[in-house]
Amino acid sequence: MKRFKALVLAGVLAMSLVFGACGSDAGTAGKPAGGNTNKVIKVGVVNNPPSESGYREANVKDMEAVFSKENGYELHTFYNIKNDEQLQAAQGFITEGVDYLLISAAETTGWDEVLKKAKEAGIKVYLFDRMIDVDESLYEAAVVSDMSKEGETAVNWLLAQNLSEYKVVHIQGAMGSDAQIGRTGALDAQFNSGKMKKVVQQTATWDEAEAKKIVESVINSGEDFNVIYAENDGMAKGAVAALDEAGITHGVNGKVIVMGFDCNKWALRELKAGAWNYDGQCSPFQAKIISDLIKGVTTASSKKIINEEKGFDAKELTDDDINTYGLGE
Amino acid sequence: MKNKNLNGFKLNLGQLTIPIIAICLLIIFNLIRDPSFFAIEITHNNDGNAVLAGNLISIINGASELAILAMGMTLVTAACGGQDISVGAAAAIAGSAFVKILKSTDSINGGTVLFAFLFACIVAMLFGTFNGTLVAVFKIQPMIATLILYTCGRSIAYWINGGATPTVSSPIINAIGSFIPGIPVPTPVLIVITGAVIFKLVFHFTSLELLTQSVGINGSAARLNGINATFIKLLSFIILGACVAVAGCIGVSRLGLINHETLLIDVEMDAILAVAIGGNNLGGGKFKISGSIIGAYVIQMLTITLYAMKVSSTDVKAYKAIVIVLLVVIGSPVIKARFAKLWSRFQSGRQKVSTKGAE
Repeated sequence: MKRFKALVLAGVLAMSLVFGACGSDAGTAGKPAGGNTNKVIKVGVVNNPPSESGYREANVKDMEAVFSKENGYELHTFYNIKNDEQLQAAQGFITEGVDYLLISAAETTGWDEVLKKAKEAGIKVYLFDRMIDVDESLYEAAVVSDMSKEGETAVNWLLAQNLSEYKVVHIQGAMGSDAQIGRTGALDAQFNSGKMKKVVQQTATWDEAEAKKIVESVINSGEDFNVIYAENDGMAKGAVAALDEAGITHGVNGKVIVMGFDCNKWALRELKAGAWNYDGQCSPFQAKIISDLIKGVTTASSKKIINEEKGFDAKELTDDDINTYGLGE
Repeated sequence: MKNKNLNGFKLNLGQLTIPIIAICLLIIFNLIRDPSFFAIEITHNNDGNAVLAGNLISIINGASELAILAMGMTLVTAACGGQDISVGAAAAIAGSAFVKILKSTDSINGGTVLFAFLFACIVAMLFGTFNGTLVAVFKIQPMIATLILYTCGRSIAYWINGGATPTVSSPIINAIGSFIPGIPVPTPVLIVITGAVIFKLVFHFTSLELLTQSVGINGSAARLNGINATFIKLLSFIILGACVAVAGCIGVSRLGLINHETLLIDVEMDAILAVAIGGNNLGGGKFKISGSIIGAYVIQMLTITLYAMKVSSTDVKAYKAIVIVLLVVIGSPVIKARFAKLWSRFQSGRQKVSTKGAE
C-alpha cells in the first residue's frame, strides 16, 4: 500500500514537472482559429530540437507550417534531444488531452507505457522520421524515410548515365549511422558485382575537411577515377574543393561525376550551375502526409509509409525544385 | 675531439631531437615504401592558376590549422602547465562569427573580409580571456576550466548562424583557403609562415619568452621577482585566442562553408599532441614553438602516409595512436635518461678500447 502511495506521489510529481516544462514550450502554440472551421484539432508534436541538423530545422519548420491555425490545428510542440524528457512531454500532452500525438523519438526504446496510455485515452499516435520499438497496434502509422532506397535511387541514376566504366571514389558518413548504412548498401552491391570499380572507400564521418583530404590523397596517388559518391552535401563540397585545386573538371560537362545527398539549397544551386551532377533527397517533409491522414484525405495502406524521395539530376533541376525541396537557405 | 663534436651536435638539437627523428623516420619509411610519394608537380587548378601539387604539399597545407593552434597551445602549456581543450569549439565559434559578418554584407570585398576576420579575432580572444580568467585568476585547472567551453562551444557556434552549413562564396575567400592567383604555394602555408615569423619577432623584441618560462617553472618565484604571473597566463590564453581565430577562418575559407559540428573537430587533441611531440614539457616551463610546429607536421604526415597506404580511415586513428605512443615513450624522461647512460657507457667503452690500442 505504502509503495502504491509512493508511486502515485511520484507520478503526480512527475506530472507537475511535465506541466511546468511544457507550459513554457507549448505556451506559444496558437489559439483555436475562430470562424468558419467547425472543430479545432489539437496536435501535440514531440520532436528533436531544430539545432540538431539542417534536416531537423526544415522538419520543425514544415510541421509548424502545416499544423497551423489556418489549417484548423492547435499545435503544441516539445523539442528535446533526450528520450526521458520527450517521454515526459508526451505524458503531458496526453493528460492535456490532445487529439493526435506526433512523435520523432530520440531513442527507439522506452515508449511502450506512454503509447499504451495514449491509446487508452483515445489519442491517435503517428510516428514520423524515426521508428519506435513497439507493437504496431499502438500507433496509426509511421511516416519514415527509406535510406537504402535513397542509395538505390542514386545508384540507379548513376547506372543510367551509361558510362563505359565506373571508377568510384566513395566517401562515407559516420559509420553505423542509418544514413551511412542505407546509402552505402546499394553502391556496395555494385562493387561486389564488379559493375563498378572501388577506387577508394573511406569514411570522413560527415567532415567536409576530411573528405577533401581523402580525395587529395587519391589524386596524389595518381589513380584514375570518374565518379565521386559522397554521402552528404558537405563532404561532396570538400571533394570538389580537392578536384578544383588539382585542376580536374567535374559536373555536367566535366570528367568526374559528383554526387551528394541531403538537398541543401546551396548544394542544389551547385547542381543548377552544373558543378555537380546529382543530389539525393532525404525528405524532412512528413507533415503534409500526416495531415492528409488525419483529415481523411488519404488512408494509410500500411503501418509503415515510406516518404517518397527524389533524386535531382543537374540537367533537369528547376529553380522551383530548389525552393520547394531545398533545405536551409 | 670527435666525441666533443658529437656531443655538441646533440646539445644543439636539444628538445627538437625527438620531433626531428620522428619526421626523418617517416620520410625514410615513405622513401622505402614508395619514392613517388614525394613527387611534387605543377598543375593548373580549375581557375587556371599554376599551383604546386603532391603529397608533400597536401601535408604542409593540411597541417596549417594544426600548426597555428600548436603555436598558441605551446604558450598556454608553458605558462599554465596545462592545456586548452576548447580550441576546436572556439574555432567553430570564430568561424561562425566570420561567416556571420560575411553573410550580413551585400558584397564581399577585401575590406569586409578583413573586418570579418578582426571580428572573429575579437570574439575568439574574448573567449580566450574567459578561459584565461578561470585559469589565471580563479586558479582552476586549465583542462577543467576549458572543459566548459569545450562542452558548450559548438552550441554557441550554432546560435550565431542558426541552421546547418551556411555557405559563403567569393574569390577572396577562395584565395585565402586555397591559392592566391599567381602564387603556386597554398595560402594557408603562407599564413603559417607569417604566424611563425610574428612569434619569432615578438620573442626577439620582448621578454615574453623568458617571462612565460619563469611563470611556468615557478609561478610564485616569478611573482616574488616582480613578474605579474596572472597577466602572463591570461595573455597566453588571449594569444591562443588569436591563433584560434586564424585557424577557424582558414578552416571556413578552405570550403567556403561552416559546419559548426565538424569544423576542426578533435583538433584540440592533435594540438596538444603536437606540443608533446615537439618535446615541450606538458607541465609548463621551458618551451620551443618550433618543436610544436614540427610536431604538427609529423601528425599530418602520419595521417597522409596512412591514407596513401589506403588504410581505412576508421583504422587510421588506431595506427596513429601506436606511433604516437612510441614517440611519447621514447621522448619520456625515463627513457631519455636510460639512453643517455647507455650512450656514455658506450663512449667510455670506446675510449678505453682506443687507449688500449694506443698502448
